[in-house]
Amino acid sequence: MIRFEHVRKSYGDKQVLKGISFHIAEGELAVLIGPSGCGKTTTLKTINRLIEPDEGRVYIGNEDIAQTDPVQLRRSIGYVIQQIGLFPNMNVEQNICVVPHLLKYEKRKMRERAHELLEMVGMPYDEYARKYPHELSGGQQQRIGVLRALAASPPVVLMDEPFGALDPVTRATLQDEVRSLQKKLNKTIVFVTHDMDEALNMADKIIFMDAGEIVQMAPPGEMLEHPASDLIRSFMGKRSIAEQATPQTAADFLRQNVITTYTDARIRESVELMARRNVDTLVVMNRDQTYAGIVSIADIDRLEKGSTMQTVAPLLRQSNPVSYLDEDAHVCFEKLLSGNANYVVVLRRDNTLAGIVTKTSIAKALADAVWGDAV
Amino acid sequence: MILHFLELYWRRIVTAFGIHLLYVLVSVAIAFVIALALGILLSRIPRWANVILPVLSVLQTIPGIVFIGVLFLYNGMVPSTVIFALATYAVFPILKNTFVGLIEVPAHYKEAAQGCGMSPVQVLWRIELPLAMPVIFSGLRMSTVYTVSWAVLAAMIGLGGLGDLIYSGISSNNNMLTLAGAIPAAVMAMLLSLLIDLLRRCVIPRSLRRDAS
Repeated sequence: MIRFEHVRKSYGDKQVLKGISFHIAEGELAVLIGPSGCGKTTTLKTINRLIEPDEGRVYIGNEDIAQTDPVQLRRSIGYVIQQIGLFPNMNVEQNICVVPHLLKYEKRKMRERAHELLEMVGMPYDEYARKYPHELSGGQQQRIGVLRALAASPPVVLMDEPFGALDPVTRATLQDEVRSLQKKLNKTIVFVTHDMDEALNMADKIIFMDAGEIVQMAPPGEMLEHPASDLIRSFMGKRSIAEQATPQTAADFLRQNVITTYTDARIRESVELMARRNVDTLVVMNRDQTYAGIVSIADIDRLEKGSTMQTVAPLLRQSNPVSYLDEDAHVCFEKLLSGNANYVVVLRRDNTLAGIVTKTSIAKALADAVWGDAV
Repeated sequence: MILHFLELYWRRIVTAFGIHLLYVLVSVAIAFVIALALGILLSRIPRWANVILPVLSVLQTIPGIVFIGVLFLYNGMVPSTVIFALATYAVFPILKNTFVGLIEVPAHYKEAAQGCGMSPVQVLWRIELPLAMPVIFSGLRMSTVYTVSWAVLAAMIGLGGLGDLIYSGISSNNNMLTLAGAIPAAVMAMLLSLLIDLLRRCVIPRSLRRDAS
């Protein structure tokens, strides 16, 4: 779909592109990544001729773009920039329809298009179409930025660090949205970033550049496993360190404020405790603080009326998964996810209760791994 | 006494007001077109602008009375002398603001516009000029208000306007007559300023109005 053949570009004495060649297939999301000044943005802007190369050829489809009219060419290529660049003198709908307007779509068709696109990113037309860019959040603005690029259904979309200015959570959401839009609409996307996490998350193919040359071109998995140079390895720094870190244990995810009771507790008291603390199970301990089992409201409910049972002891179940403080967190999570229990009971080696690990703990751990400790 | 005065002079005041207003409107209109065109031109070649604008700004300091006097010698006692002089002076504030307004449009809007496939003319009309409009309008208002006071000089070469009343008043030591020229001139400046604000509201979308002075 997009083919570079020995493309060179210099500014004065400085060579920014040293004869690069690559190919991006139709429907592929290719990420250009590298340290600043590596030529990734220059490469991107060569595709819509905002920058003209000194030597070499660039093809889109089978057409040499040097032979096209640059203005017409750009109308057939979506373009999203880091500063978003929504026109402040136009409302959301007008911004989305900039290119359709240039291509002289009918009014009705433009409105339908704006409607359809806004729905796609969950921003209802009636609520947002008349708003001006400054009335939107950063994430919403860049959504509109992306929609503007898609409005005239270009087969190719260029994105120049589009999410660089957004907070991590919004960025992750938009990455997913763009990814799913891209799959759904089968666009060829060229995406520039300096964030390896973003590249690994989004790319079908990563093109790693340094000093005007392509160092490695590979799918994310392959690049992760076989980085071609130390520079690439250092770009993946955070991930490789995470892999080498000491394995985490159940203790790292422990929740200690557990609602407990003892084997000789009365049934009615236990029910009241559950109601008061808003839980449907209690962790039951023997008087020596060792773990005895779990009692659930469901089991108590099942008791026949007029039952003479006094304490919870006969109702105890030991089926709930159990883990130990020093057990590998992976194993612990596995136990939690494979069964239908809501938590894993974590014990010390002497069988006394240490706490529990819940599904929320896993979610938190995942968030930490993805976004670091900032979350 | 005031009533008596007005009874005596109202025709003269109204006529003078009308002529004055005509001078202002015609010369500012001409100046606006010229300044806008020049401003756009200069913004395409900022290197020239760095030479041309300072030169114009020095020329601007030549007293209007001198300019109108010299022009009078060449062109004679015709309204076009006044209008030419006023328009010349009115050009500069609009020109400068047009240039600054256009130059200060953030680069990323221009890049986005270009990247969307707008031709240079389309970028200018659809993005740059609308974004520069608030600044251009302050230039327009400045020019208009100045021109109202400069137009008083028309009377110097006997071409009427409110200056006529003012000079007659001063030379005949008739304060009432001076005021009859000065007050309408002040009112005219305020009204035109208001009118431009109103126009601005119609022309500039609300999203751009917040930051404009």
